[in-house]
Amino acid sequence: MIDSTWADIVIIGGGPAGLAAAVAAKKNGAGRILILERDRELGGILNQCIHNGFGLHTFKEELTGPEYAERFIRQVLELDIEYKLNTMVMEISRDKAVTAMNREEGLFEIRARAVILAMGCRERPRGALNIPGFRPAGIFSAGTAQRLVNMEGYLPGREVVILGSGDIGLIMARRMTLEGAKVKVVAELMPYSGGLKRNIVQCLDDYGIPLKLSHTVIDIKGKERLEGITLAEVDGRGKPIPGTEEFYSCDTLLLSVGLIPENELSGGMGVELNPVTSGPRVNESLETSIEGVFACGNVLHVHDLVDFVSEEAAAAGRNAAAYVREAREEEDREAKKRIRLTAGTGVRYTVPETVSVSRMDEHLTVRFRVGGVYKNCYVSVCFDSEKISRRRKTVVAPGEMEEIVLTKEQLEKYPDLEEINVRIEEA
Amino acid sequence: MEEKNLICINCPMGCMLTVAMEGSEIISVAGNTCRRGDSYARKELTNPTRIVTTTVKVSGGRESMVSVKTKEDIPKGKVLECVRELKDVVAAAPVRIGDVILEDAAKTGVNIVATKNVEAK
Repeated sequence: MIDSTWADIVIIGGGPAGLAAAVAAKKNGAGRILILERDRELGGILNQCIHNGFGLHTFKEELTGPEYAERFIRQVLELDIEYKLNTMVMEISRDKAVTAMNREEGLFEIRARAVILAMGCRERPRGALNIPGFRPAGIFSAGTAQRLVNMEGYLPGREVVILGSGDIGLIMARRMTLEGAKVKVVAELMPYSGGLKRNIVQCLDDYGIPLKLSHTVIDIKGKERLEGITLAEVDGRGKPIPGTEEFYSCDTLLLSVGLIPENELSGGMGVELNPVTSGPRVNESLETSIEGVFACGNVLHVHDLVDFVSEEAAAAGRNAAAYVREAREEEDREAKKRIRLTAGTGVRYTVPETVSVSRMDEHLTVRFRVGGVYKNCYVSVCFDSEKISRRRKTVVAPGEMEEIVLTKEQLEKYPDLEEINVRIEEA
Repeated sequence: MEEKNLICINCPMGCMLTVAMEGSEIISVAGNTCRRGDSYARKELTNPTRIVTTTVKVSGGRESMVSVKTKEDIPKGKVLECVRELKDVVAAAPVRIGDVILEDAAKTGVNIVATKNVEAK
């Protein structure tokens, strides 16, 4: 039997985004809020991110992942926000009926007035890479290895090669080294690292682990357990260069080759997705193409810093609370003029993609990523054909998210504005 | 005068620092966006330090491991000695954030503290 109940706001996911959204929604007057979390505890990915460096923007101190999560979990408890653990959301309908299940209650349905999508992201698996060779034991995604080492207390292997220089891979290079494993090399297909600069310094350089750019795994040896891999240098189009093959014996291969927002539920309910981010298209309120459905954190676009996830999620929580409070009318939405935010040369995407001046706060942070490495360039913002601002940057890279801030005051001076274009201009 | 380039590791911004040095004396630090960058550069070139984060076993807890860190940063050369000392340490549940797990790690005078709450079973 399906038990039907209701909530003002149902939040899908109790990780950093869901927690910050819940706290902000509650503080902004939302009534019944319910967080649905699939894991056995709140905190999401932060629980396995035991390294430090979290919270400098939010708390002005340097915390580890579990400590950062605890700050928000404490607020959730203090504010008496309801949550269900070990609960899997199966489906969300277009009219915001959330179907979920857990061991205690079986299958049940919750009717929500607003939904906040905060499901986070998944790691790209081996299957997405087309690496030839056998499929022996010993090949893990970096995040799986991170959970095994940091939460379950297992060491996945002793001799390690890491493919991909995403942050989790870099962090795991250090982590496996501290646990007594030998990390032989980190190979990156691209000519630049996908991770943060600080992680290259403190996770690889500190321990003398080589980073081979423009290299990839072209063969996997071992039938039951991984015995070794072959690396080769790649040319400008990503094709292996004959004669550059090098064999590394290893029992473990970690893959840190990108993260993909997890939007099966969003897609299922008919939320429009952006093919570049794989996340929902959102407006200035972080509201998706379905009214009253908001998105924040890594389900929206993959972030580098949890601080920015919390900030973004708090905005989604405030907006969801306002939506429930005002019970916005459909015609009101349609009447508002929306300015399009577009990604120009060198910019892959922007979040949000539209702005309504009447709806926006005094400041709106627009986040984006660039498509390549640019040195001594400018981040330029154009209002229709007029160039409004130009900010000089020593370097921008795909691994580091960028932002611009729009102000309401500034936009009110352009009543006929149709498009805001963000682009990279080379000096 | 000599110029050294560093990447600040205090936060994920990773500011690129340029340090002007006269022998072993630091003349100026540029490229930082906050105070931490300045002090990081001065320290990194004279006495580099790191915060160490790792895990120790838990007995009688709902989880089998608890994450820990050095309360303050310790000299870079002491990092491996520090994790080796923690190899056989077992914390008894319940463990609260900030609980001292080991005192004076690797004779640095710095304590190891828990960074996660683990309830007793």
